[in-house]
Amino acid sequence: MNMSFAEMYGDLSLIIPEVVLFVFACLVFAMGARGKQSTGSMAVWSFFGLVITTILLLITDKGQAFGVMFLADDFALAFKLIILVAAMFTVASSIDLTGKFPAHRGEYYGIVLLSAVGMMFMVSAGELLSMYVALELSTVSLFVLAAYNKFNTKSAEAGLKYVILGAISSAVLIYGIALMYGLTGTTEYGQIKDALLQLRFSAGEFPRGFFVAAVLLIAGFGFKLSLVPFHMWAPDVYEGAPTPITAYLSTASKAAGLAVFLRVFFGGLVIAQSEWLMILAVLAALAMIVGNITAVVQKNIKRMLAFSSIAHIGYILVAVVATNAAGVSSMTFYMMAYLFANMGAFIVAIVVAQKTGSDLIMDYSGLSRRSPLLAGYMLIFLLSLTGIPPLAGFVGKYYVFMAAIGQGYMWLVLIALLTSVIALYYYAYVMWRMYFAKEGEYPADPVPFPVLPKIVLSVAVLAILVIGVFPAPFLDFARTAAQSFVP
Amino acid sequence: MSGLLSWMIFIPLIGGVVILFFKQEQKTAIRGISTVASLLPLFLSFMMLAEYDPSTSAMQFVERASWIPALNVFYHVGADGISVPMLFLTALLSFVSIVASFGIEKRVKEYFAFFLLLETGMMGVFAALDFFLFYVFWEVMLVPMYFLIGVWGGPRKEYAAIKFFLYTLFGSIFMLVGILLLYFNTEPHTLSFLELIDHGPAFSHNLQLLVFVFFFIAFAIKIPAWPFHTWLPDAHVEAPTAVSVILAGVLLKMGTYGLLRVSLPMLPYGANYFMWPMAAIGVIGIIYGALVCMAQKDLKKLVAYSSVSHMGYCLLGMAAVGSVAGIQGCMFQMFAHGLITGALFILVGVIYDRAHTREIDAFGGLWLKLPVYSGVMVLFVMGSLGLPGLAGFISEFMVFIGSFSTFTWLTGVAVLGVVLTAGYFLRMVQKIFLGEFNTKWDGKLPDMNFREIFTVAPLAVLMIAIGFYPKILSMWMQPTIQDLVRLIAR
Repeated sequence: MNMSFAEMYGDLSLIIPEVVLFVFACLVFAMGARGKQSTGSMAVWSFFGLVITTILLLITDKGQAFGVMFLADDFALAFKLIILVAAMFTVASSIDLTGKFPAHRGEYYGIVLLSAVGMMFMVSAGELLSMYVALELSTVSLFVLAAYNKFNTKSAEAGLKYVILGAISSAVLIYGIALMYGLTGTTEYGQIKDALLQLRFSAGEFPRGFFVAAVLLIAGFGFKLSLVPFHMWAPDVYEGAPTPITAYLSTASKAAGLAVFLRVFFGGLVIAQSEWLMILAVLAALAMIVGNITAVVQKNIKRMLAFSSIAHIGYILVAVVATNAAGVSSMTFYMMAYLFANMGAFIVAIVVAQKTGSDLIMDYSGLSRRSPLLAGYMLIFLLSLTGIPPLAGFVGKYYVFMAAIGQGYMWLVLIALLTSVIALYYYAYVMWRMYFAKEGEYPADPVPFPVLPKIVLSVAVLAILVIGVFPAPFLDFARTAAQSFVP
Repeated sequence: MSGLLSWMIFIPLIGGVVILFFKQEQKTAIRGISTVASLLPLFLSFMMLAEYDPSTSAMQFVERASWIPALNVFYHVGADGISVPMLFLTALLSFVSIVASFGIEKRVKEYFAFFLLLETGMMGVFAALDFFLFYVFWEVMLVPMYFLIGVWGGPRKEYAAIKFFLYTLFGSIFMLVGILLLYFNTEPHTLSFLELIDHGPAFSHNLQLLVFVFFFIAFAIKIPAWPFHTWLPDAHVEAPTAVSVILAGVLLKMGTYGLLRVSLPMLPYGANYFMWPMAAIGVIGIIYGALVCMAQKDLKKLVAYSSVSHMGYCLLGMAAVGSVAGIQGCMFQMFAHGLITGALFILVGVIYDRAHTREIDAFGGLWLKLPVYSGVMVLFVMGSLGLPGLAGFISEFMVFIGSFSTFTWLTGVAVLGVVLTAGYFLRMVQKIFLGEFNTKWDGKLPDMNFREIFTVAPLAVLMIAIGFYPKILSMWMQPTIQDLVRLIAR
C-alpha cells in the first residue's frame, strides 16, 4: 500500500483522541514513577485527560482510517462516549482506594486510561485482528486492575480467575477468528459479508464450518460479556475486585464488548443470521432468567449487582435479536441509561463501605436515616435499574421491548418482563433495608457523604432524570448511531 | 383556563418537591404546603366541572404536545364523562386524606412528599390519552404506595408493601405487551387512545382476544377481581388510614377505569367475547367477598373484603356491554364506593387511633358513649349495604337493571350478595355499637373531633345528595356512556 503523506496524515487525524488519551496514560505512569505527586493530582490529571479526549472526540471528523481497520462513525462515537464517561466515574471514585497503595497509584490511573484506549479502539475496529488486539489491550489492563487490592485474598483470587478464564476465552475467540478467515479469506467485516453471500450463492447453503466459527465467536464474546452459561467468572471477579473497577468492568467493558459483537455479527455475519439468531435469542432468555433468579439470593451488594448486570446484558441482547436499526438504537440507548444507574449504584456501595467496611445488603439497614440523601440517590438508581418510569431505565426497556415486539419476538419480551418482576424483588429488598428497617436494628451514627461522590452521584441522578423525562435528544442520538451501520 | 388538567396533575408534584427542601422538624409548614398542594387541584376540579360541557361525549380540556417523537409518544391529556367524575373524586379524596394524615408524626417530610407524588400519578392516569403517558402514570404510583405502606404501615408492612408492588408490576407487564401489540398493529403506528379506539374493530379477532386477556390481567389485579385479590386485604390492613382511603377510593377504580377507557371500546370483539367470564368473575367476587366478610374479626379487614365484594358489582355492570344502565351502574358504583369506603376507612382509623385495636369483639355499646361517631359510621354502613336514598343503592340497582336481561341467573345470584352484605355489616354494627359497653374503654374513647368530622362531612353530603338526586352524577356521564355503548357494539 502506497500512501501519500497527506493520506497518512488524514488517517492519523481520526485517531487523535485515542493517541491523546494514550499520552495521558503515559504521563500518569511517569508521575507515579517519580512518586512526588499526590493521589488527588494524579486523579485530576487522569480526569483531565478523559475530558480532553471527549472534547477531541466530539470535534474529530467521521470517516475510515488505515483501510477499514479504524471506523470513526456515529456508532463508535456513541459507545466511546459511554466508555469515557464510565472511565471518568471510575477515576473520580477511586481516590480513596488508591490512597491505600501510594506506591502503585500511578499504575492504577494509567492502566484505567490504557484500558479505555483499548476499548475505544475496539469499538472502532473494522476487522477482526485489530479488534482482537484492542480487546486484549483492554482485558489485560482489567486483569491487573481486578487484582489491584493485592493484600486482599479475594481481590487476588479475582485477578487470577479473571486471567485464566480470560485467556481461555481469548483462545476460543481467536480460534473462531481463524476459522472465519479460513472460510472467507478475509478478516474485514464488510468483505466477510460479501464472501458469505458468495458462498451461499455458489453452494446454496453455508459451509458447515461456518456454524462452528459462529458458535466459537459467540462463546468468545460470551465470556467477555458474561453471558450465561459463560458467566461463572463474573460474580467472583466482581465481588473480589476493588469496587470502582467492578463498576468499570460492568459498564465500560460491557459496552465495548457489545459494540464489537454488533459490528462483527451485524457488519459481517448478518447474511447468515438464520444460523446464529436463535442461539442468541436463547442466550438472551438464559441470561435474563439465570441472572435475575440468582441475584435474588445474594447477600452481598456487589454480587447482587453482578448478577443483575448479567440480566441486563440479557435485556440488551433482546434488542440485538431484533436485528434492525430500531434494535441497535434501542440497545445503544439502553446502554446509556444503564451506565448512569449502574455506576451510581456501585459508587453508593463505595461510599457506604467506607463507613461500614462491608458490602452486605444487611448493612444498608436504616441508610435512609443515617444518610437520607445517599439513600435517596440509591433509590433512584435501583428504580431506574428496575425500569420504573419516569426514569431512564424505563425508557430503555420500553424501547428495547418495542424493537423486539416489532420483529415478532413476543415470547422473548414476555420472558424479559416476567424476569423483571423478579428483578424488582431483589432491588426492592435493598430499598426495604434502607427505608423499612426498625430503629435499633442498625447503628444510629450517620454515614458521611463526602463532597466528591456527592457531586459525581448528583450528576448521575440528574442524567437519569433528564434521560427519563426528556429522552428525545438521546433517542435521536442513538438512532443516528445505529444508522451509521445498519441502514 | 388553559392547561387545566396539567395543573391538576402537576401541582401536587410541585408541592412534593417543595416539601423536600424543608427540614423534618418543620411539621406545620410541611402539612400546610401539602394541604395547599392538594386543595388547589380540588379547586381546579370545581373549575373543571363548571367549564365541562356535559352535552357531548367529545374529549374536553385537551392538551397535546409531542413528547418523544422517535417513539410516537405524545403528552396528550383530556377528560370526558368517564374521567371527569374520577378526577373530581381523586382531588376530593386526596385532599381529605391529606387532612386525615395530620396525625402522622413519623418522618413527616417523606410521608407528604410521597403522598403528593401519588396524587400526581392518580390524576395522570385519569387524564392521560396516550398509552405511554398512561403507563408512566400507572407505574409512577407504585413507588410512593410501596413506601407509604412499607414505612408507615402496621406490623406486617414489609410483606404487604412488597406484595402490592410485585402483584401490580406483574399485572402491568402484560399491559405493556398489549400496548406494544396494538401499537404495531395499527398503521400508521400510534399510541393515542382516540386513534386506537377508532381503529378498534379493525384489529383481527385473535389479536383482540389476546390483548383483551393481557389488559384484563393488568386491570383485574388493580380492581382487584377474584382471584387476583389476595394483595388487597394485606395492603389495606397494614396501610396507614389515609393510604387505605386512597387505595380503596381511587386506586381500585383504576382497574375498572382502564377496562372502560381501554379494553371495552378499543377491543369490542374481545369485550363481547369475554362478557360471560367477566360477569362470572364479578359475581364470584361479590359472593366470595361477602362470605369472607362474614368471618372477619378485624374491622379494617372487613371493610377491605367488602371492597372486593363491591368492586364485583362494577365488573358485573360493565360486563353487560350492550346496556347503558349497566355501565352507568358500574360508574356510579366506582364513585359511590370511593366515597363510602373512603369514609369507612377514615372511621376505622378514628376508632383505631383511640383504642389501638380494630378487634370487633373488643367493643360494644359505643352508641351511648360516642353518639356522633356511631351515627356517622352507621350512616356510611347503610350507604355501603345499599339503603335506598344513599348512593350505594342507586349504583347497585342500576347494575342489576343493566345486567338482568343479559345474565338473568348470574344477576339473581348477585342479588344474594346484597343480603349477605346487610348480614355482615349489621352484625358488625350490632357488636360494636349495641349491647353491653365494654368497661375497659371507660373514659378512654372521646368522640370525633372537628378535624375528623370535617374529613368525612363532604363525603357524607355527596353520598346523600347522589342517593336522593342521582342526576347530579349521571348528568356528567350520559353522552359518554351512550357513545361507549355504541363503540362496543361496533
